[in-house]
Amino acid sequence: MKPFRYVRAHSVEEATAAHAGRAASRYLGGGTNLVDLMKLGVERPETLIDVSRLDLDGVEEFSDGSVRLGATVRNSDLAAHPLIRGRYPVLSQALLSGASGQLRNAATTGGNLLQRTRCPYFQDLGKPCNKREPGSGCGARDGVSRDHAVLGHSAQCVATHPSDMAVALAALDAQVELRGPQGPRTLPAAEFHRLPGDRPDRDTELDHGELITGVVLPSSAAGLPSAYRKVRDRASYAFALASVAVVLGVEDTRVRTVRIAFGGLAHRPWRALRAEEALVGQEPTDEAFLRAIDTELSEAEPLRDNAFKVPLARNIACDLLRHLAAAPAAPTS
Amino acid sequence: MPDTVKALGAPTERREGPDKVTGTARYAAEYRPDGCAYAWPVPAGIARGKVTAVDDTAALSVPGVIKVLSHLNAPRLAEPDDATLAVLQDERVPHRGWYVALVVADTLEAAREGAGAVRIDYAEEDHDVTLRTDHPDAYVPEDKDGTSGEHVRGDAEAAFESAPVHVDVEYHVPPLHNHPMEPHAATAQWQDGQLTVHDSSQGATTVRDVLAALFDLPADRVTVVSEHVGGGFGSKGTPRPHVVLAAMAAHVTGRPVKLALPRRQLPAVVGHRSPTVHRLRLAAQDDATLLSVIHEVTGYTSRIKEFVETGAAATRVMYPSPHARTTHRVVPLDVPSPSWMRAPGEAPGMYALESAMDELAVELGVDPVHLRLRNDTDTEPDSAKPFSSRHLAECLEEGARRFGWAERDARPRSRVHGSVLVGSGVAAATYPVNASPSQAVAHAFPDGSYVVRVNATDIGTGARTVLAQVAADALGVPVERVRTEIGSSDLPAAPLAGGSSGTASWGWAVHEACARLAERLTRSGGKELPPEGISARADTAGTADADSDYARHAFGAHFAEVGVDTVTGEVRVRRLLGVYAAGRILNARTARSQFVGGIVMGLGMALTEGSTMDPAFGDFTESDLAGYHVPAHADVPVIEAHWIDEEDPHLNPMGSKGIGEIGIVGTAAAIGNAVYHATGVRLRELPLTPDRVLTALDAGA
Amino acid sequence: MGTDVFHSEVPMTVNGSGHSPVVDHRSTLLDVLREQMDLTGAKKGCDHGQCGACTVLVDGRRVNSCLVLAVSLEGCAITTVEGLRDADGEGLHPLQRAFIERDAFQCGYCTPGQLCSAVGALAEAEAGHPSHVTGPDTAADAPVRLTKEEIRERLSGNLCRCGAYPHIVEAVEDVTRAEPVGQDRSGQDADGTHGTQDEVDA
Repeated sequence: MKPFRYVRAHSVEEATAAHAGRAASRYLGGGTNLVDLMKLGVERPETLIDVSRLDLDGVEEFSDGSVRLGATVRNSDLAAHPLIRGRYPVLSQALLSGASGQLRNAATTGGNLLQRTRCPYFQDLGKPCNKREPGSGCGARDGVSRDHAVLGHSAQCVATHPSDMAVALAALDAQVELRGPQGPRTLPAAEFHRLPGDRPDRDTELDHGELITGVVLPSSAAGLPSAYRKVRDRASYAFALASVAVVLGVEDTRVRTVRIAFGGLAHRPWRALRAEEALVGQEPTDEAFLRAIDTELSEAEPLRDNAFKVPLARNIACDLLRHLAAAPAAPTS
Repeated sequence: MPDTVKALGAPTERREGPDKVTGTARYAAEYRPDGCAYAWPVPAGIARGKVTAVDDTAALSVPGVIKVLSHLNAPRLAEPDDATLAVLQDERVPHRGWYVALVVADTLEAAREGAGAVRIDYAEEDHDVTLRTDHPDAYVPEDKDGTSGEHVRGDAEAAFESAPVHVDVEYHVPPLHNHPMEPHAATAQWQDGQLTVHDSSQGATTVRDVLAALFDLPADRVTVVSEHVGGGFGSKGTPRPHVVLAAMAAHVTGRPVKLALPRRQLPAVVGHRSPTVHRLRLAAQDDATLLSVIHEVTGYTSRIKEFVETGAAATRVMYPSPHARTTHRVVPLDVPSPSWMRAPGEAPGMYALESAMDELAVELGVDPVHLRLRNDTDTEPDSAKPFSSRHLAECLEEGARRFGWAERDARPRSRVHGSVLVGSGVAAATYPVNASPSQAVAHAFPDGSYVVRVNATDIGTGARTVLAQVAADALGVPVERVRTEIGSSDLPAAPLAGGSSGTASWGWAVHEACARLAERLTRSGGKELPPEGISARADTAGTADADSDYARHAFGAHFAEVGVDTVTGEVRVRRLLGVYAAGRILNARTARSQFVGGIVMGLGMALTEGSTMDPAFGDFTESDLAGYHVPAHADVPVIEAHWIDEEDPHLNPMGSKGIGEIGIVGTAAAIGNAVYHATGVRLRELPLTPDRVLTALDAGA
Repeated sequence: MGTDVFHSEVPMTVNGSGHSPVVDHRSTLLDVLREQMDLTGAKKGCDHGQCGACTVLVDGRRVNSCLVLAVSLEGCAITTVEGLRDADGEGLHPLQRAFIERDAFQCGYCTPGQLCSAVGALAEAEAGHPSHVTGPDTAADAPVRLTKEEIRERLSGNLCRCGAYPHIVEAVEDVTRAEPVGQDRSGQDADGTHGTQDEVDA
């Protein structure tokens, strides 16, 4: 870790001005991943702009029923918030299945979205990694690849995105609010993270210097049955081998609304649009679920060590869909 | 002499408890001598080759960096017996992660930054880090102490072929890491030619002797203190490179130096459990008596040091069969040096043997508890010596009773709870009784208080407490009147806390010293003691290490109940129970903690812990605690640990066997056997993670 | 050490008393506590938020002090294991007593983190914070009843290599039940064998 300047921002404007789009500026939220990466030498900022005390720590409901989560709301507070637990259980569950109580107390909404892959080759400066050092190669593709991607990976990168929260946000059709020098803009959560392609160094569509100010959960998913299922190597405090977030609305024995997103399978939360399309209007039967999920996963290209992720993802998705189809709708307010 | 309640066996609270819960117990990196500098090591970035250049320009320009040491400028050391301690002595890189430089700085932050700025050039050579049983370099190591090499009884192959019932199976155990919670650390200081080191070690006397030899000093010029040690599990059993580096850096800079190894560097430099491949061939008569046992174990070692994971050693102890062959083979590779990890040999070996026994029970159609009882013995099969005590049958029967084994439906896949399959399994456990010579001094003060001094190490076992109990009984006084001084090489020399032998070794000497002191006190006939008090000394050389006509081992039985989720492949342990025959239990409270702790590590070995040697880079992919999954709270159910009363007159004066390791032995097999019972599918490679279990379930369905 | 662009003075409260250490911006709270303030209770097990040994309370919330930059803590109140007290502010905290009674540690290196984490976890449960294993129908505004399963999940961010987990859970349970702790732990059963008669999880 090299010496750096530290600036505490008192407003969003002050933060973006202090950052000034400089390559070696970083925003500091909870620090749970950034400080970790700084110790490893993966991140080497010259200036840290501390945004953790910005007035963005609220959860507010709008008149249209949507809910805005401030970027600095801590993960534990978000998971415990009655609005979230009541209307968006998938988000609360996803948050609570990630990390530990201590880490959730520090990690912020914005920081969680921006956490970087836990690929061991990315974390080790002694190894090639196109994400960390473009053009250096990928140690993982032909290396120990059990934890890596089966969908959407490229010759350049097979990393997965580690966030649980982001998977739930993708399934909720959330919008990510950004503020940069050019002013505010909004991106769908499902499109916020990128596939690696030939630019794996870019995790997200965020422009350098842009700050996440909040996340908006649309009212459309509020109160629909939703849940998160995660499989990991130990019973707690581990990243996902695979996970799935599902929002399911069934009316008159037909699937009216369904949103499915996978975690642990790709460089970004994997929104299963093909499966969703196949299910809408169908009867929520085991066969329909299986067919739809298989359609989605048919494009999986497992690496040497991770073929298990395909049946694992299929099993948890079908199981969760079945479970939600049998569940009564949650109250909408 | 006053009447006293017997101290030994009582559940006395550990004496350092208040210090540990208030944060005042100090560990090796928690001393801050004036002017203390910080060191940060630089690991090699290649798997094999030579350092051709060290560019320290950038590192030395980092503000706060004092010194960059490498083989080019480090002090020459005398050649150590343990080649892993010859740090910064030459340009050779025997494995990735081997230390090639050390940065010393005023602050931790500068040391870390400096280490990242050292540029090393290498001449890289082809490496080979892949363990294969057909590796052309595999050899049978010399059997120095009866636990290694090859042992043969009868004609094992022919008997195997001729038997009516056999199993021929292969089990795989991956590399495993000790990962004590306290990373290896040392604070070293030279003053007037005297070296003082606070080291995180399982045995400070040996560290003192090794440092004295390396730096060519008389032993009395070196003091090593290991007052509180944050676990070791074998990885701190002998000196490790960090303590040599700290002493070296302090010598060169003339300042006290603190070096705490970064967690990610541990797997490469502090030892680990070698992966092992076990081929087990068991043959039995129709009446379930074993006819032939063949256990072949292949593991690896590094290029610089032979270490053998003696996985077949326990097979020589467990079951009688007229024919047997137990063979170790080891392959030297360009890997970090493996070393001791809790129950080295027994843990992986008994996983394989006890899993194969379960398979044999299935082949025979007999209950697995019955199979073990049917093959019980009073005589150690390999040596033909009588057991000093065994009581394996009692452990199995007591465990079966407590666990409710009789109600078990033996059919696999017979308990289905929704998507979860429930099953139970059993496995036996064994661990040898070890003891080494130790010295101790007991001292009586005129006020009626006593102190015993011995360089024992408390790595979490409660040594201070149990040694006070030993002393109190030998002196015939209440335990509160006895103080223990441990954890410094200036105290009477003592062996390490390892091999489940610490309490036996130290306790033996403490007992002898106290018995002598009591005798002197009796002889003095109650006369007032001189103001400084009186002492008695003991040295158990020739006694503690004397040969015995008996085979001496602890035994145990483990029972496990698991749930296997057929949707996810997740295995969760629902119940674990161990029953042990381990001689006299000296402190019921701390002993239970050791048994339970061993079982938890066995649970990790079964389900969560696994490391991968990366063939391309030659290091462990799971190098930190996020990647290497030691069990968390949520993995661990209620665990029962019981013991039977065992009186064995052929042990030490306390009548105790070691208890620190047997808990891990057999636990993994019991869990694996329970997974088979739950699912009807046999998995033969650890750990039983969701990927493996789900794949096996799909293949079996 | 003076302040400059890479060093700042950071006023904070540590275990009830005010401090204003000048810190290297790179220094974590853990390193400032251990190396500058000689408060070595919080332990460095992994330095990357992967073990929980460094857990302390910042403004009453448990966090991994190895991932908190000290410079970010201006005005915060830190409690380390050295600062834990009973309600009277004098003796051991009930959790500390329960840990001793239950022998909820061996090597002791994870213990300060387990204790601070347990203090934080009890407060979170009291405030109604759910965990991964809290049932979906649990009321959002009422304290969560801490079963063994809840305690295990909530303390899973604190690794213990000695495997003291079952005893740690018992110790925390003792405190949540607020029953007198200190029953006989000799484990001598009527039938001559020894052992705990622990309940078995359903």
